[in-house]
Amino acid sequence: MGKFNKTGKREMPELNTSSLPDLIFTMLFFFMIVTTMREVTLKVQFKVPAATELEKLEKKSLVSFIYIGKPMPEYQAKMGTTDRIQLNDKFAESSEVQDYIYQERENMKESDKPFMTVSLKVDAKTKMGIVTEVKQALRQAYALKINYSATQRN
Amino acid sequence: MAKRNRKVPGINASSTADIAFMLLIFFLITTSMDTDRGLSRRLPPPPEKKDQKDDIIVKERNVLQVRLNKDNQLMVAGEWSDIKQLRNKAKEFISNPNDDANLPEKHAAKLPFFGDVMITDKHVISVQNDVGTSYEAYIQVQNELVAAYNELRDELAHSQFNKSYAECSEEERDAINDYYPQKISEAEPKKYGGK
Repeated sequence: MGKFNKTGKREMPELNTSSLPDLIFTMLFFFMIVTTMREVTLKVQFKVPAATELEKLEKKSLVSFIYIGKPMPEYQAKMGTTDRIQLNDKFAESSEVQDYIYQERENMKESDKPFMTVSLKVDAKTKMGIVTEVKQALRQAYALKINYSATQRN
Repeated sequence: MAKRNRKVPGINASSTADIAFMLLIFFLITTSMDTDRGLSRRLPPPPEKKDQKDDIIVKERNVLQVRLNKDNQLMVAGEWSDIKQLRNKAKEFISNPNDDANLPEKHAAKLPFFGDVMITDKHVISVQNDVGTSYEAYIQVQNELVAAYNELRDELAHSQFNKSYAECSEEERDAINDYYPQKISEAEPKKYGGK
């Protein structure tokens, strides 16, 4: 039994943490690759509808976003609870959509302009009236490639 | 002259982990992971002039009317319908397998891989919605219509090339797309009473 009865004090070996930075860096690179920079702070809340026949949006630099939904709780006192449009960082009316598209197009490279896509992130409970208004404005601005944002459903 | 074998003191690297952590947290906060997927659609160009509007006369048999009212009820070709039936109705309309006189007319066309075939290239699916229709219902309808096209194209790919549409080459896909061109028209908005 003497084998287990060591009386001398044993020292706890120190944990080697020299590879910890490498682990964290790996995680960091993973997140840098799979995520994208958030461009705007959302002022409207939306939950996009689910659908099955989805296509991926190819190049992020060619995509402009239009958000439609109810204002976030902190803005509801000012903006009410009806559905609103958000362009960039502020609330907008459907009449401003056309200018927004022109502006976005102005910022693009000449070669990219024909491939401009507008992604509509619209809350599932929104009424079509406001969506139709936005669609008409997009037509007027010749931003004809659009994408109704949706989540995958099985 | 300095001595040859001087020992370089090791740099204390224990805080590298903390620095990396801070970077990691920064990226976690400023980025979002949402993958952008959705239904791609092409809008028609704006109408040039009001009086030119009635230039294109489409035969009634070539049009499938899909309507959604403010209570999200669906009407397909003049009948109340359920969203589940829409896909099959649309498929039957697009392909017109039995050359029905009420379904779109067929035209002879010469396509690569297929040769001379009869295709329903003049058909149009017209989606009309009310101001009060919910976006959810609208997307479901759009989704079912796209699904109808995708299923038809997939079936055609299987019968012609013995593989799924996704496995086809670029040219084969183009031929299939010509066989079943996707024609979903978003009609000019109309406002039928009510809010």
